[in-house]
Amino acid sequence: MRYLSFSLPLLILNFFPSASYAFEKNEAFLQDTILFVSPYKEDNELCFKCHAEKKYEYMNETSGKQVKAAMHPGDILSRDKFYASNHKGFSCTDCHSSQFQSFPHPEELKKEPHFNCLDCHGGDAASAVFKFEEIDREFRKSVHFRLEEQGFNCWECHDPHSYRLSFRNSKDMKETVLYDNSICLGCHADYDRFKQFSDRGKIKLSKAHKWLPHQSIHFESVRCIECHTKVNENILVPHYVMPEEAAVRDCRKCHTGNADTMTSLLTIKPTDKGNRKFDNTVIINGLNIIGANRNKYLDNIILIFFAGIMTIIGVHILFRVIRK
Amino acid sequence: MYLYPLWIRLWHFVNAILIMILIITGAAMQFADADHPLLTAGFAGSARLHDVAAIILTISYIAFVAGNIVTGNSKYYRISKKNLFSGTGKQLKYFLYGMFRKEKQPFPVTMDNKFNPLEKVSYNLIMYIIMPLLILSGIIMLFQDLKVIIVFGTGLFIFTDILHIILGFLVSVFLIIHVYCCTIGPKPGSLFRGLISGYQESEEQ
Ligand code: HEM
Repeated sequence: MRYLSFSLPLLILNFFPSASYAFEKNEAFLQDTILFVSPYKEDNELCFKCHAEKKYEYMNETSGKQVKAAMHPGDILSRDKFYASNHKGFSCTDCHSSQFQSFPHPEELKKEPHFNCLDCHGGDAASAVFKFEEIDREFRKSVHFRLEEQGFNCWECHDPHSYRLSFRNSKDMKETVLYDNSICLGCHADYDRFKQFSDRGKIKLSKAHKWLPHQSIHFESVRCIECHTKVNENILVPHYVMPEEAAVRDCRKCHTGNADTMTSLLTIKPTDKGNRKFDNTVIINGLNIIGANRNKYLDNIILIFFAGIMTIIGVHILFRVIRK
Repeated sequence: MYLYPLWIRLWHFVNAILIMILIITGAAMQFADADHPLLTAGFAGSARLHDVAAIILTISYIAFVAGNIVTGNSKYYRISKKNLFSGTGKQLKYFLYGMFRKEKQPFPVTMDNKFNPLEKVSYNLIMYIIMPLLILSGIIMLFQDLKVIIVFGTGLFIFTDILHIILGFLVSVFLIIHVYCCTIGPKPGSLFRGLISGYQESEEQ
């Protein structure tokens, strides 16, 4: 009894390790973002002055007139997002022509070719872990690649002015899920944007996912890509978005004790700390997945117990028959 | 002897059906295995049915507790501490060998004493400890996104998840033993008939 009163609270506490989920990296990342001051802050301000506003205004030196106009929605940026993004250390003119410093911007610059991700990250040692070439190959198989002619490229999901790595830096898995899903929802829940690339009718997401029990909980805790992409073990985040029909509809993919069949979100091991020898790393990621928290020992105890009871009952029946 | 008033029979019928649905759907989810051909039953359907049955069960559980308070059926559940161990011991001995020696029931059913001590203990355990905890842990998992629940963090879900599995398992164990013990009456089918008609056949028959 004494042992029990001592070990029981410990056992229960074992289930509440939330604090230790914090990925250490996250603290450093946040601190970095808060303290970050771009060496190009003033230069960039020349652009943000207009491009962070809905309306802009400048003095046209040739005509001598004050020009006021509405900024094209696609050209509006956010300072906050930019300075929290992975590209925060860049100057605008690192990627854009320095001729943009004149107003109005020269007409021919509008056709300025944009860099794509591979222009910088292809073969780049610093981002080798991401395997951009492999990502590119996967993207070319994905349904989104069909929209390339309509102008769909990496940037539709990874806006270079705001994209930040969230997965490996996040303390809170749900925050990551929210961030990553907002990328998909940027088009799939915004029909105006969706229309730019596709002439499919409006898709109602809640209706399309009607078969899925506990929809809202799933949407908060699972990324769209977990079910809608084909896992590729060579890259950190799968980019092969499959056609709608091929999406995972098998609950057991996640809701069993077998981590191998799980999608990329669940197999990530942020840290080995606090591993409680359950079947998989889900618990460490701070998510609770019913069925995936299965404990083999518990399952076995249950089955053995059942077998025991059935045997006792069987023997009892036998005696009842004999002694009748 | 009229031992089971209509409301108990109705409650018990609804309760038994729901519990069986919950056990089957619960086990289908718990033992789901993508690689096992036998365990490939519809998971999403099980999850839905489990939710619906659980909500109805919660209501029927409340009705059971309320009914017991209102009608005085609860008097049958009262255990006297003094005879707790000796009583259950006697009953257990009867089940283990007494009944094979054609001994008499140590606690014959009377209007004042519907349950033997073993029944009292097990019915109390199941209805007043296991079921409330099972329902509570289920509610926590069903309403994961409620603010009051989120405060406790993921640990709470993992804890309740495992607790729920253990308790659900205990209910399955209870069910098997319960149904089996109910075959031990004047005739194997007597108690079941009793719960349908309301009248318990007496031992002497
Ligand atoms: C197929 C399923 C079931 C069958 C055939 C069955 C059968 C019976 C029978 C014959 C009785 C009358 C015997 C007695 O008074 O002790 C009874 C009573 C009782 N059963 Fe069940 N049972 C089933 C499932 C359950 C379940 C799942 C529960 C609870 C979780 C349960 C709880 C009770 C209780 C509390 C009583 C006493 C009711 C009262 O008179 O106050 N039974 N059952």
